[in-house]
Amino acid sequence: MNAPPLLQVHQCTIRFGGVTALNALDLQIHPGQLFGLIGPNGAGKTTAFNLITGLYHPSAGEIVFDGTNLRSCHRHRINHLGIARTFQNIRLFKAMSVLENVMVAMHRHTQRNFLPALLGLPSAEANRRTVENLALQWLSDFGLAEVRHEEAGSLAYGKQRRLEIVRALATGPKLLLLDEPAAGMNPQEKTALKELIRQIKKQYGLTILIIEHDMNVMMELCERIAVLDYGVKIAEGTPESVRQDQKVIKAYLGEPAQ
Amino acid sequence: MKSFLVQTALFLGVSLLFLLLSPVLKEGINPYLFQILMVMGINITLAISLTLINGITGQFSIGHAGFMALGAYGAGGFSVFLGPKLAALGLPPLVSQNLWLVVSILFGGGLAALAGLIIGMPTLRLRGDYLAIATLGFGEIIRVVITNLDFVGGARGLIGIPTTTNFFWVYFVCLLCGILVYRLSHTPRGLALSAVREDEIAATSIGINTTRYKVAAFITGAFFAGVAGGLFAHFFGYINPQSFTFVKSFELVVMIVLGGLGSITGAVVGAVLLTLLPEFLRAPQAFIPLPLPEFLTGFLGQVSQYRLLIYSLLLIVLMLTRPQGIFGRREFSLARFLGRKGTEP
Repeated sequence: MNAPPLLQVHQCTIRFGGVTALNALDLQIHPGQLFGLIGPNGAGKTTAFNLITGLYHPSAGEIVFDGTNLRSCHRHRINHLGIARTFQNIRLFKAMSVLENVMVAMHRHTQRNFLPALLGLPSAEANRRTVENLALQWLSDFGLAEVRHEEAGSLAYGKQRRLEIVRALATGPKLLLLDEPAAGMNPQEKTALKELIRQIKKQYGLTILIIEHDMNVMMELCERIAVLDYGVKIAEGTPESVRQDQKVIKAYLGEPAQ
Repeated sequence: MKSFLVQTALFLGVSLLFLLLSPVLKEGINPYLFQILMVMGINITLAISLTLINGITGQFSIGHAGFMALGAYGAGGFSVFLGPKLAALGLPPLVSQNLWLVVSILFGGGLAALAGLIIGMPTLRLRGDYLAIATLGFGEIIRVVITNLDFVGGARGLIGIPTTTNFFWVYFVCLLCGILVYRLSHTPRGLALSAVREDEIAATSIGINTTRYKVAAFITGAFFAGVAGGLFAHFFGYINPQSFTFVKSFELVVMIVLGGLGSITGAVVGAVLLTLLPEFLRAPQAFIPLPLPEFLTGFLGQVSQYRLLIYSLLLIVLMLTRPQGIFGRREFSLARFLGRKGTEP
């Protein structure tokens, strides 16, 4: 791990009124890592995601991604730099078709200039076809090609989750943030999800940061895990070491009765 | 390449048809109906431009009459004040009439677009009802300012605008506006407009600069509203701030909601229906060129008495039976209408 970290969260604090949602959080995520973020409800995991993706600005501290300080970055620029995410409560473009959901994310491939499209020039048509084919490729890689013309909001829950991941991947990220991808899934779906995450990591050489409550999923999947409790990082290490950490056990189970 | 040629040919063909129809309609049908036809065309452009903002991009704006007013006064004022100078240029009348109509409505549209930029930047940070109220306010401010501008006639209105708008220009602008809005919202990059409507946070997370798209939609919509206003001014030859109250804005909102928010064909149908319906109820006989039996004319006479009642009832019934509007979010497609499945590439 001599390479510089891809994402460096340095002493980040965020307060909402009197509540300190995150206190002096330090995270270092190295290229190619599958990093897990766990903690009891309300520990500040999603807040950390929102900080990294620019939905919130830290009250103190800074975040550096791939050599760029994210402090002065607009939210959409953060995606352009190479961070994509999914949401805990799925946020698809519900009334748009599955294919459109992916196409709209492909800003790296779409024609910037609107003029050819307004004039209906062949170059616009060609660009449209390229983007559509690439989007279709994504969809078939993830087994969603058959439903490409359906409205995204009408898909089954598991497929909506998968589509959200595809949409994030289609923006061409280096770092993928997954917010509770296994929430509401049955054991079979969870097994499939683990496979999917391993596959996309390998296939696209991604670095992945996951929030998840399902310990089985996390322990099996992650190479390194950080534990948050009340906005403070109480432990970090390999799944094995985290599992045996006294502070972590205390945070999840409470202290033994005297 | 083929589709480009077909589409362009179709566009030119339809434009030519409008050009040929223009003198025929002017002379051929009764002036009352002709006026309704022209107002309908102007309303279609207004409705399409509003559906780009409200329906496709999802930014609920109810100040569209303000942009129309700016376009009308911009274009009208341009013609009134620069008209005499242009007449001195000595171009043949047919050329100069049409040329200066185009220049002046472009000026009006540009003015409205500029206002769209200035108003859009601060207000588009707002959402939902707050945005609606802010745009309503701005629409009214524009009207009140015009009312107090003496050099364009103030509350008396602006007179002496050359009546150079003809059927061709009104419907050519409709066509242009419809095609532009359709193509804008259906290119891969333009899909971002719909994404902004669906979920702004998700849209930023995939790299869409939401402010930019919202303002762009606002400016484009304002531009066409201004152009429509310019045509309006050059059709009647006289404009008055009272034509551009928020009632006009609401009328446009009702058109696009009725037709189906987000659907361009819906906006067209909404505009046609809501322009024709009140006029039809006002004077049903004028729309039926046949001689009618006595009891029917009597009945139609009754209808016109209750026209406002019937009109509102029809709106209520339509909204109750089809709350998503006539077309919902979809476009009318000939292929689907004829029972074929969607067009696969």
